[in-house]
Formats: sequence, structure tokens, C-alpha cells
Amino acid sequence: MQLSLRLKCLSVQPSRGLMDEKFIVLVQNALPGSQLTIRALHQCEDGHSWEAFGHYTADTTGTINVSEDPSIGGTYSGVEQMGLLWSFRPIPGSKSGLRMRKKNIQTPMEVTISVYQGHQTEGFADLVPLSGVAVERWYMAPGVRRIPVTEGGLTAALFLPSGPGPFPGLLDLWGGGGQLVEYRAALLASHGFASMAIDYLTAKITMETGKMVDNQYFETAYRVLQQHPQVCGSKIAMIGLSFGTSITLKMAVYSEVIKLSAAVCISGSHVQPVDGSVEEILRFFQKNGEKTRFSEKNEVIWRDLLLPIPTDPSLKVNVGRLQCPLLLVVGEDDQNWPSQESALDIKEMMARAGNSHLLTVLSYPNAGHLIEPPYTPHARSSTLKTVEIEEKVMCLWGGQTVEHSRAQEDAWKKMVVFLKENLYGGRNPTSFSHL
Amino acid sequence: MSGVVIYYSKSLCTKNQECGILFVRDLKSPALIPTQGKPILQGRPNWHLCRLFSAMTQVVPPILSVTPSRALVDEKFKVLVENLPPGYPVTVRSLHNSEDKHDWEAYGHYVSDHSGVVSVSEDLSYGGTYTGKEPMGLLWSMRPVPGSRPGLRLRKMNVCTPMLVTISVHSGHEGFRDQAPLASVLTERWYMAPGIQRITINEQGVQGTLFIPPGPGPFPGLLDMWGGGGGLLEYRAALLASHGYVSLALDYLGFDQESENLELKYFETAFNIIKDHPQVMSDRVGIFGLSLGSLVAVTLAAYSTIIKPCCIVCISSNHYYPAQGSTVASRFEGVTRQLYKARVNEDNQVIWKGVGLEFITDPSNIAEVGRINCPTLLVNGCDDQNWPTVETAEDVARLMREAGKEHLLSRLAYPDTGHLIEPPFSPHFRATTFVIHSSKEKVLLLWGGKTKPHSDAQEDSWRKILSFLQFHLYCGPCLKAKI
Repeated sequence: MQLSLRLKCLSVQPSRGLMDEKFIVLVQNALPGSQLTIRALHQCEDGHSWEAFGHYTADTTGTINVSEDPSIGGTYSGVEQMGLLWSFRPIPGSKSGLRMRKKNIQTPMEVTISVYQGHQTEGFADLVPLSGVAVERWYMAPGVRRIPVTEGGLTAALFLPSGPGPFPGLLDLWGGGGQLVEYRAALLASHGFASMAIDYLTAKITMETGKMVDNQYFETAYRVLQQHPQVCGSKIAMIGLSFGTSITLKMAVYSEVIKLSAAVCISGSHVQPVDGSVEEILRFFQKNGEKTRFSEKNEVIWRDLLLPIPTDPSLKVNVGRLQCPLLLVVGEDDQNWPSQESALDIKEMMARAGNSHLLTVLSYPNAGHLIEPPYTPHARSSTLKTVEIEEKVMCLWGGQTVEHSRAQEDAWKKMVVFLKENLYGGRNPTSFSHL
Repeated sequence: MSGVVIYYSKSLCTKNQECGILFVRDLKSPALIPTQGKPILQGRPNWHLCRLFSAMTQVVPPILSVTPSRALVDEKFKVLVENLPPGYPVTVRSLHNSEDKHDWEAYGHYVSDHSGVVSVSEDLSYGGTYTGKEPMGLLWSMRPVPGSRPGLRLRKMNVCTPMLVTISVHSGHEGFRDQAPLASVLTERWYMAPGIQRITINEQGVQGTLFIPPGPGPFPGLLDMWGGGGGLLEYRAALLASHGYVSLALDYLGFDQESENLELKYFETAFNIIKDHPQVMSDRVGIFGLSLGSLVAVTLAAYSTIIKPCCIVCISSNHYYPAQGSTVASRFEGVTRQLYKARVNEDNQVIWKGVGLEFITDPSNIAEVGRINCPTLLVNGCDDQNWPTVETAEDVARLMREAGKEHLLSRLAYPDTGHLIEPPFSPHFRATTFVIHSSKEKVLLLWGGKTKPHSDAQEDSWRKILSFLQFHLYCGPCLKAKI
């Protein structure tokens, strides 16, 4: 005797998407009014498992559309089309202080999305789902090429979009954790920018000689990018997060070699010894080390190290001399850097100098320090090993998950538009006959 | 000059191209070189920088995007070109290099709007391999590039890799191929969704490939068969698995086996392999066939005492089942032996339809379709030149009506559509080289159809086929008429 089982039809479209693309998760043919849990599961490269889930009720046609229907519980609630990705958290029993970051961006992030009977909150491993699908999330669009860069002593990776080019260029810098972090550059290449991710704190040359790189290292990166036959040498921008902001602002204002068409600074500050090398800037931060605070959970708060914002001009990049458009992205709950206070000071300095038309500030309440590409899970704190400190610490980044995730989505969209406008330049004239 | 920066006043810009250029500044020197109009002093408050250009040596190209960049073959995409000059003529082109190393292309001629945008999903193509508003024209209107061998057909054999299509945008309309493209992107078109398992089947004498969707199951099943060309074509079964069906692509003509294998027993065994699979709902297994495959579907549904399909889909229907001949293969061979009678047109294309029509007018040559007891969907092209499929469908309807089974039958018939009704956005093949299985003779067969209506039929019929399958295999109890 066959039970006439109602087979749940679960579909995710697109099943293969870029990391910043939205998907539509649909359950069909469920019993109208039935309670179901939709869950996403991902095992990341270091073996940890992450999950996100929402509680739903099928409508009168037996359908659940995650982009239109509210979740009434789980790791996210309300109508959240991408909640199954941005609300990812380590499964119960995991180590604390984890952060999800993909190292190998040539393979996709694999997520399994399943639907379970009832409103479940735990013990998923022991439950059999009604239905499940596999979804791939890619940092690299088809045809994007990854080229390791070692010339001039660089430790970098260049991502070229598909097509003949020439493409505007981008130098991509991360923060104090060091390493060669490639995923944002790969994603930006998927949007048409020849992007070079640069390791400037744990570069091969630093690991071998014990010496930090100097300013020339960045100028070499700029030159390598500029001279690439598929790069439009006069359209190069720089994007930096955290300590990467310090480098970006320094290069944008003071470098004789680097001429940027635009700069994006996320969660950073302009406070630094103006004539300092990378090493000197790091030492400047360490000097203020006693201003380190701790939360009740003993998480490290470093935002006070640069406060109060100095009035001494030798301790701040002179942003009044900036000649290219600047986009500042600030999380108002940033516990790691005083990005909000710095943004205010930058605004004042530029107003006084008369170049504030170049400045755009995106400031997000309750967003933390790690403003990543959209749908990246929010880490309010995580273990960090910086180049200055030998042991791992639990670092408080800040931010409340829902607002932080919204900030990531909004900031990314605006960042891509900002880069397109400044690097792709609006309309091309049909001829240059009047030159 | 390695690069210049052009400053000009926004207020002097007219709507389109002519802008009042006031300065040119060489990037290498800070001097401002006045060109025309009054030189403007730096720092004047009503002066602002409008646009920066890098002129002459390097012009930033248009931005071409295809969304999604990775999709299933039956999913639509949006092709967008931005950052062109306004009112600019361009050609958007697709290029695919097939597994057998032939180049296929399609292209449309467009003109950008006032903001420099061409949207293939919304704008009209003024010429090329397709015209009008055709979001997917770059795929379905593909044909071999000029200079290719005639009679080619595009079919993906390796379904584990995607079909790679390069979409590019070129300046101008006539002679667009003479210059390098302004921009190009690569897009992937997949037959297999992520997580699908592909398993080679070689058991109980049955040969084929099984595709299992991801997830715990259980799933409904499908037996998938192509036509008289033989061989093992997996792509439709892979696509059906991507829609949630455990699908077995069956090889039933392509291997050197004794013809006894091709009587009903072979197909019943194959059907049961699916039915008995631990992840399959045993009372939810259907049959999907095209051309000769649809004959197999119909005869299994009408005559088998061993298996009971839950529903059947017959594309380019065939119900020719003469009393002589004990197996499907031998019956088919009977047909092929008569094909010398087939008409050949002035393009040297062979038309089998007339021969087929002669066969099926004899009622003793027809399968007793009145015995079918499951929902049946017939999909046919009215311009089918290979087999009298429309007449077949009429005949099936009549016989099922007479047997009181008309309520089980659904029919789709498409004008100007040929025999090879493939998954959506596949190119249309009006006539291709065909190797007759028994004699190994190569002929140029006329399948029929006109490209645009045939492509519309592929898109429309696929949607309706999926809806039919979902209704009968996923929803509600299986509709089995009580005997």
C-alpha cells in the first residue's frame, strides 16, 4: 500500500550564484498551513559547520517563498530573502570566536538547503529532511582569471575580468590580520575591475627577511597593475579595510607615483604618523596599547588606541590635499577602530580645505568593524592573531547581526556604483574630434 | 601625451555629445592648457569637475554583464550593455565552440538608448540571427558560423561540464566581425544542477545513465528515451533530475546487442530499475520519449502487463506498431527499409513523413492506444517533416476517445514547429545529418520547422511538460484508472 506522501518541492534559483547575488528559495506542494523549517548548512574549509534556519508556515496553496513570506523564528525573522546566508552561525558545540572566510576562491562555497517538518531549533543532524538541494556560491564569475603576482617582491594576486579589456584597476587591501585575502578582489573582478589583492603584512619578503615592507611596495603594486596590457592605467582605485584604510589614505594623498581615480576606505582612520612607514605606523598604535579595554566577556576593544583624534597635523593624513573621490564606510558600533570619529574629523578637514565635494560617507548604526561583501555572516567577535601580537586574542568587532548584515548589503551596492562611476566614467563621447 | 584629463563646464554640455571643453591637462604636468572659451581659474566656487576621461590611448570600454552568469539551460538570463555612447549602434553576439569543435553563433543588432544602455531583454534587435524583443535570442537562434559544414546538430554529450558561451559586444552593425569586440563575458549553461549524482547503469542487460537529485528523497522517477538515431543522450535526463526526478537516460539502439533486448522486456527491466531504487517512489514513475522513444512509451503504456507508468510524455509522437516484427527494433527496421521511397527535396533533404503516413493509414499497423490507462501528454510540431506526428496525435485521440479514455489525454500542437522539440533555448535544427542505425547510411534529414516559432514551441512545451509531470508525479495520488 502506498502512502500518498506529499512530496515537498524545494528549489533555489539560481542554484549557482555569485556571492553578492540574491536567490529565491521556494517550497511548493506542502500541506497548506503546515509548519516547516528551512535550514542552510555549510561546512567551511577549516572543517567547521555553520547553520542558519527560519520557521515558516505554508500558505493556502502549500507554498513558501522565502523572499516574500516571514520567518517567525530561527536564526533570523521577518521577510529576509537572504537570511539563510547572512544569519549563519557555528553549529551548537563549536569552538567560540570563529569567523567564516574563504581562502580558495576558485571553488564555490557549497551550501545545502533543506526543509524539515515542524519548527525545529536543534538536533538537525538526527532529523531526516523532507527535501534538500545543493547551492553553489561563487566569488569568481566564469572567465575571471587569477594570476599570482610575485614581481618586484610582491605577494599579490591579480584577478582579471573576462574579455579583451582594458579594464580599470583596483588595489585591494585588508587589515591587521595580514595574509593574502583574495575574495573581495575576485568578486570585484566579477564586476569588471582588474583587482589586485595585496599581502603587505605577512608578505613573503617580510617572512623571509623579518622586515616590514616600505612605501615603495605599494607603488610597485600600482606600477605592476598600471603597466598590465589589459589594465587602463589611468583608472586605478584603491580599497582598504581597517589598517588597509591607513595605507590607502596615505598613498592617495602623499604618493608621487600612485595617482588614484577613487578610494574606498572601510572601517578605518586617517590617524597615523604622517611620515611613517608601515612599521612606524604599527609602532604608533602599539604605543597607545594601554588604552586597550576589555568587554565583560574579556574581548579586546582597540578603538580607543587612536582616540582622541589628535589635532596635531603630523599625526593625521592631510585629507585636505586629496584629489580623488573618497568613499568612507563606517560602522557606528565599530569596537576595533574609531572609524566614526575619524570620519567626522575627515569631513571637517575636507570642508576646511574646500575639497569636501570629493567625500561620501556611508555610516551605519549598529554595524561593526568587519563590513564584508553581502551575506557574509556577521562576526561580532572572533579570535585574531595580528602581526604585532604573537598570541591569539578574542577581538570585539562590534555590530548587531541584522543591522550589520543590512549595512554590508547596502554598502557593497553603493561601493560598486561608486567604483563604476569613477572608474568607468559615465558615458563615453562618440569622438574626440574637438581635442 | 600618455593621458589627459578634460575639464569642462556642465552648463556648456548639450544633451548628447558636444561638450564645451575648456581645458586639457596633461597628467604628467600640472599645467592647464586652455583650448577654447575663457580659461577658468582654479578654486572658483561654481566650477566643478564633471567627468574625467582618459583619452586617445586608452578608452574605458562598455560594461557587459550576463545575469545569472551560471544557469541551468532552461533558465533565462539578462544581457546588459552599459557605458556606451548614446544612440550607438552595436552588435551583441554569442559564440560557442561545441564538443565536436564547431563554432556556433547568434547575434542581434542594437542601438543604445540616451543613457548608453542596451538591454537585450527589453530592447529590439534590428537584425542578425533574430529580430525584435528576444531576451534569449542569443541562444535559440544560434547556428553554425559561416563556412561550417552543412547538417550540423548541437548536442551536449558530457553533461558534467557546462556549455560555455561567450557573449560579446561589437561596434556597429555591418561588418561587426572585422573588429575585436569592445567587451566580452563568459557564461555557463548547465544541464546538471549542483548535487546531482550521475550513475552509470549496466545491470540486468540494461544500459544507461541514472541521475539522482540531491536530498533524501524519495523522488518520482522517469524513464527517458530519445529516438531512432540511437546512442546514449543524457542531457534531458540530467535536466529532468535538476527538476527533482530520478531519471534514467536509456541506451536502447546504440549498442551492439541482440535485438531480443529491444522487445518490451528490455524497457520493463529498465523501468523497474528506477521503480525499485531506494530513493524512488515506486508508484510515481513515468516515461518520457521523443520520436521512436515516444513509440516505446506508448507501447509500454498500452501493452505491458509488468509495469504501469504513472504518466507518459510523448514528443513527436509515434504509434506505428505493425504486427510483423517482435521487437521495437525490428519494427523500426521495417520502416527504415521502406525509406528509399522517401521524397528528397531540391536541397537534397530527405523527407520521411510521407512514407510514415502511408504506414499508419493501415489500422493493423497501429498500437492499440485505447488500452492506455495513464495520463498521456502528446507534444507535436505541425511542420514535422520527419514523421506524421500530427496525424498520429489525431489518431491517438480518436482511439482513446472510442475506448472512453479521452480524459487521460492532453495534446500540444505548435504551428511551424518541426520534429526535434528540444529543451528551451536549444538551437533549431531544420535539417541535419543522420546516420541510419541499421544500415549506417548517412542522410540529410529534414526535420522541419521555422526557427522562431520552433523556439517558442520549445520554451512553451517545456514549461507545460514540467507542469504536467509535477501535477502527476509530485501532487496528489497517482491517477490510475481501475480496470
